[in-house]
Amino acid sequence: MKITQHITFAITLSTIISAPMASAQEHDMHSGHDMSGMQSANKEMDHSDHDMSPMQSSNKEMDHSNMTGMDHGSMTGSMQPQGGDAPINARDPHAYSSGFTLSQGPYSQAGPRQLKLADEHSFWAVLGDRLEYDPDSESTVFDLQSWYGTTFHRLVIKAEGDIADGSLEEMQADVLYSQALDGYFDTQLGVRLDQNEGGTDRQWLAVSLQGLAPYWFEVDISAYLGEDARTALAMEAEYELLFTQRLVLQSRAELSAYGKEDLDNGIGAGLTNGEIGMRLRYEVSRQFAPYLGIEWRRSFADTADLIRKTSGTVEDTEFVVGLKFWF
Amino acid sequence: MKSPESDTLHPIRLSRRRFVQGLAAGGVIASTPSMLQANEQSRQTIQGTAPELSGKVIELEVAQSPVNFTGSSRLATTINGSIPAPTLRLREGDEVIIKVTNRLSVPTSIHWHGIILPYQMDGVPGISFKGIAPGETFTYQFKLQQSGTYWYHSHSGFQEMTGMYGALIIEPRSKEIIQADRDHVVLLSDWTDDDPMAVFGKLKVQGDIYNFNQPTVSDFFKDVSTLGVSAALDKRQMWNQMRMSPTDLADLSSSAITYLMNGTTPAGNWAGTFKPGERVRLRYINGSSNTFYDVRIPGLKMSVVQADGQNVKPVSVDEFRFGPGETYDVIVEPKQQAYTVFAQSMDRTGFARGTLSVAAGLTAPVPKLDPVEWLAMKDMMGKMDHGSMAKDTMDHGSMNHGGMAMDHSKHGMMQSDKNALAKPSQKVNHAKTEYGPSVDMRVDMPRTNLDDPGIGLRDNGRHVLTLADLHSLDGIIDDQRTPVREIELHLTGNMERYSWSIDGLEFGESTPVAMKQGERIRIILQNDTMMTHPMHLHGMWSDLESDDGTLRVRRHTIQVQPAQRISFLTTPHDLGRWAWHCHLLFHMDAGMFREVVVS
Repeated sequence: MKITQHITFAITLSTIISAPMASAQEHDMHSGHDMSGMQSANKEMDHSDHDMSPMQSSNKEMDHSNMTGMDHGSMTGSMQPQGGDAPINARDPHAYSSGFTLSQGPYSQAGPRQLKLADEHSFWAVLGDRLEYDPDSESTVFDLQSWYGTTFHRLVIKAEGDIADGSLEEMQADVLYSQALDGYFDTQLGVRLDQNEGGTDRQWLAVSLQGLAPYWFEVDISAYLGEDARTALAMEAEYELLFTQRLVLQSRAELSAYGKEDLDNGIGAGLTNGEIGMRLRYEVSRQFAPYLGIEWRRSFADTADLIRKTSGTVEDTEFVVGLKFWF
Repeated sequence: MKSPESDTLHPIRLSRRRFVQGLAAGGVIASTPSMLQANEQSRQTIQGTAPELSGKVIELEVAQSPVNFTGSSRLATTINGSIPAPTLRLREGDEVIIKVTNRLSVPTSIHWHGIILPYQMDGVPGISFKGIAPGETFTYQFKLQQSGTYWYHSHSGFQEMTGMYGALIIEPRSKEIIQADRDHVVLLSDWTDDDPMAVFGKLKVQGDIYNFNQPTVSDFFKDVSTLGVSAALDKRQMWNQMRMSPTDLADLSSSAITYLMNGTTPAGNWAGTFKPGERVRLRYINGSSNTFYDVRIPGLKMSVVQADGQNVKPVSVDEFRFGPGETYDVIVEPKQQAYTVFAQSMDRTGFARGTLSVAAGLTAPVPKLDPVEWLAMKDMMGKMDHGSMAKDTMDHGSMNHGGMAMDHSKHGMMQSDKNALAKPSQKVNHAKTEYGPSVDMRVDMPRTNLDDPGIGLRDNGRHVLTLADLHSLDGIIDDQRTPVREIELHLTGNMERYSWSIDGLEFGESTPVAMKQGERIRIILQNDTMMTHPMHLHGMWSDLESDDGTLRVRRHTIQVQPAQRISFLTTPHDLGRWAWHCHLLFHMDAGMFREVVVS
């Protein structure tokens, strides 16, 4: 795959995620309104004009669920409060400038532009989503992400791995350039580096779509292309429920698939493994929250068969204690 | 001191209460903070009612000095060693010389907020001048062409947030028409013990880090029991779908800031005195960096006589909301022994408080904070808050407003045929840059009425000031020309990314708004966010008009409510480059900022 294809892939993913939302919103807001006067102005914004053939059936379902008892007879145009494409006749934000810029034109200060606000500064953060210990297997799992950059352009490093008996069992590190795609999603492009103790290390090209989906689902979807035409897909979603301002239940699901078997690393072709976890944390501060959790893991298909051959467990439920933090 | 309700306000733990309430001692420090440098140890910050300076030549010195609002010693950035900075009492018509010496290790500046002057004297580094380098003295010199209550503050980095703000009072040259026996400046501000840039950085990582009033599971079940399952779900539908928080009322809450009245914590209880029967003029200035205050004095009606230094037809109210940058002068006629001046933050997490009394040291009951209200659909959708959507959050008041706005448009039709610019256009024109990652929502049917007191103040049983109540006295809005053109700008942002912008462009990406000297221009500001933004245009007046094109009130800072579209006229008289920005300091610094070129 070429880089452009990666990007196309990422954008397609985002369309899949955001399309049902946009459609549902349009209908919600138009219920009971006579929008006949709005038709022409909003034609460009109408999602039905876009080619989203794979999504149509699911759109339809959502439409119906949201439209019970609504009068949609008069609903012909549509406005969309989020995302979407700018209409062709949208206003030019530079139209009032008479060609002047911040550093050129009458009365500008001499020399390089002095006033730079936070939008031109870089920030950084380290986010520890999971740093947890499983007393049964006596292993530690870490799932960290850090970023450096501006609001819309960042270097992102995601690191996830296991430590047992004081040594690194396995680790996956994604080093990505991240660019904002829309209000809530970033597209990311880079490399993934796998370290497998007792297996074979792998390197991949990585493309991800990470962000916040409607209804507050944190989503991270990645596709990988490795040597010898190896491919992989990983999906992760999180949802948080606030019992109080400080007691938060995080539900988390993860699913991986590989295009080709990788016997060195105990991976079969197809769906490989999934995890579902619930973690109840207490936010001592928003940046420091110890938690107790339970996680169910399962290997699937060929991968499960490989594990069975070595008399391993394909399904496991474990309790964890951990810490969620950021700084 | 112990206020009657303070235990119920913040039941979390003692240290937390002290943090919010502040220290009663208010800056009188027994020990020297370890972070102080040797040459600064001798300075103590003066707090409370600010010292007054008057005359035609004023000398100010900017330096660091120690404060202790919460139990932790910190260094503030102060002017002449006081918080607030000295009250400057000047005279209309005077040519004043103000020498500002910088004793900091970084550049500084002072902006004279709301003052009409040459652009080189406006004090915005990088736009009006180079700033004042460490050790340097900059001489401001300008003629005062106006009178009223104003203020001044640093326009460099976050220095304003760390203590650089003071009142600027200009006495009228001719007779003062506002009769008062006594005069108190009530300057509200906010303080954080943390480095403001670090606070900003945290918001960049988690935009809701300081919001401890987020919807919870138990809120949901409460709604289920009172409203039923489907109504409780409906109430949340739009918010959750759009990834927006209905309680996103302030970026910083009392978990990060302490609210101050004249540099004094609530526990410190600033005192203003009066003699029974006197007419007392209170000059309220919102000099805070992040806080909209809702101000009232239980037991007293306040007659609003001035807004942003400009005289208005007196209007009697119980309460008003003002944002950073705005000022209101009111007349009160106290008769009892003591009254609480109560200024709760818009997000209802804390308050600033002082006492008006016949003698210092008296207290009056302190009201409870009002409950936190969810933003209404009209805050999200403007006029679209009717119909079958979200029946339960539907507000009947808003339907009336919507209706009124439509009536106005009908009335205006005859004139608009003659002159398309007689009244502000209602057609929403989003900028093409509003469709990208910097913008999390757009409003397609904004509300244009001015008579909404705003979230948390609607139907609260008190008479709350709205923009519709304000009418400049005859002669103040002197320019009755029809505007020659219209400039439409949208206030935009993305709370998840913590980005703030205009037309979806942060300052660094923007180009200036060009104006011709002397032309009458209409400016339309439409708020495509769910927060209220106090928009401050330097160097020229903002003459607010209603949606039928009637001039209302002359301001220098206008608050634009969520999903609201307001318009004002301006006539730039002074050449040069000017700043125009949201006066919530973090929004400004995030990029909700434009330059204006008058040529």
